Amino acid sequence: MSNSCRRKGINRRAFLQGAAAGLAGMTLPLDNAHASFWDAFLQKHFREMNDTEIKKVISRLEKECEEKYKKVVSIGTEKPLPGVQFGYGLDLSRCIGCRRCVYACVEENNQSLDPQIHWISVLRFKKGDKWVDLENSEKYYNPEKVPQKEYFYMPVQCQQCENPPCVRACPTQATWKEPDGIVVIDYNWCIGCRYCMAACPYGARRFNWASPNRPAEKLNPKTHYLGNRPRYKGVVEKCTFCIQRTRNGRYPACVEICPVGARKFGNLLDPNSEIRYAIEHKRVFRLKEDLNTYPKFYYFFAYGR
Amino acid sequence: MLLAAVILPAELAGAEEHTPPAKKFLVPPPPFSPGIFPCSQCHQGMPANRTPRKLEMMHQDITLKHMPGGWCFDCHNPDNRDKLKLSNGKMVPFDESYNLCGQCHGTILREWKAGLHGKRTGMWNGEKQYLLCVHCHWPHEPAFKPLTPMPPPVRPVDIK
Repeated sequence: MSNSCRRKGINRRAFLQGAAAGLAGMTLPLDNAHASFWDAFLQKHFREMNDTEIKKVISRLEKECEEKYKKVVSIGTEKPLPGVQFGYGLDLSRCIGCRRCVYACVEENNQSLDPQIHWISVLRFKKGDKWVDLENSEKYYNPEKVPQKEYFYMPVQCQQCENPPCVRACPTQATWKEPDGIVVIDYNWCIGCRYCMAACPYGARRFNWASPNRPAEKLNPKTHYLGNRPRYKGVVEKCTFCIQRTRNGRYPACVEICPVGARKFGNLLDPNSEIRYAIEHKRVFRLKEDLNTYPKFYYFFAYGR
Repeated sequence: MLLAAVILPAELAGAEEHTPPAKKFLVPPPPFSPGIFPCSQCHQGMPANRTPRKLEMMHQDITLKHMPGGWCFDCHNPDNRDKLKLSNGKMVPFDESYNLCGQCHGTILREWKAGLHGKRTGMWNGEKQYLLCVHCHWPHEPAFKPLTPMPPPVRPVDIK
């Protein structure tokens, strides 16, 4: 059978191969003007690129951003600092639910304004209620003044788990945990399947249902490849502990804006850090500890023992 | 550097006091009402009236809702108006007023020094900017004032 096919000079496989190549040639751009399309298409995984390859990718992405926003955007690739495990503390006895952190985060991390994306959700609970029942918390409260006497507030964002379920769920390894503990996303590898969102027990991940909409004058031009660089339609994003700031030694934006100083940040391996002081001296818990995700986001009560 | 390390322990051993010099915290200037400091610009040459009373000529806007029974000279210094006064009579400048507050609020002062109470800005691994107690707590009425919350997120039903 196969012999007779060969004698005819063409078999089914060869025909299909030829047809596919022909179609590809007709539809895919091959000229020089589309070089960046091919560069993006053939871009390697971020962790498999060497420094020169990363440099090339960054310069391409910076050029794309400049064309889109008509302003210079720097995309950093700062590496994790040795001997650093980032940890975050949030003092529930101080938080007044004013949502300053939510909007400082949007400003710093270039989230889409419309459709609106917030990385932090501030939940409101009635004092004395069964408040670990997160699904029945109130996220849309809007009183004249906060705090209200009969309520308390709990901001929730990415918990930067030591054992992150989202990373295991990702079919393309577009999200992973960095050596300094930050769970990051490569927006160029994310295929938008949203498995990670289903896997996250904290509802911390957000999806770009539409093209992210952010006016150029509101764009923060100081960005990081794994953090706040402009995103695409159809990719997932989330809190990165402000990777572009914290890897340069600065506090995250939400820490610096908090008017009551409820947010604490530092190196878990440094015994003199604020976060270690909180863990060692205060009542501390981690959200949904029973799931063995080992968050590096610690809620504590500094006031009222 | 090495020399200093060698000399320092010897010096310490010879010193009478073993308490390390008080650490200075990086703070922004105290939030004075505009034009009010230095206090001596008005109080210079004005004899101090040490009798607790209701003020009628100046500073009437201040109602003390802090310590019941307290009054100005519990913290302010009648002899040098540009400084504050600890209960032991020692003077502290306004930009070190945390030592004054810490006389009663010792646990809070301890946590403020550790970086837990109050806001820090700057570097998590380097120089931090502290805030004075009085930047958030007006000393004459220290309870933190309620704030207007920022708008709630858009509800899914309202997404167009």
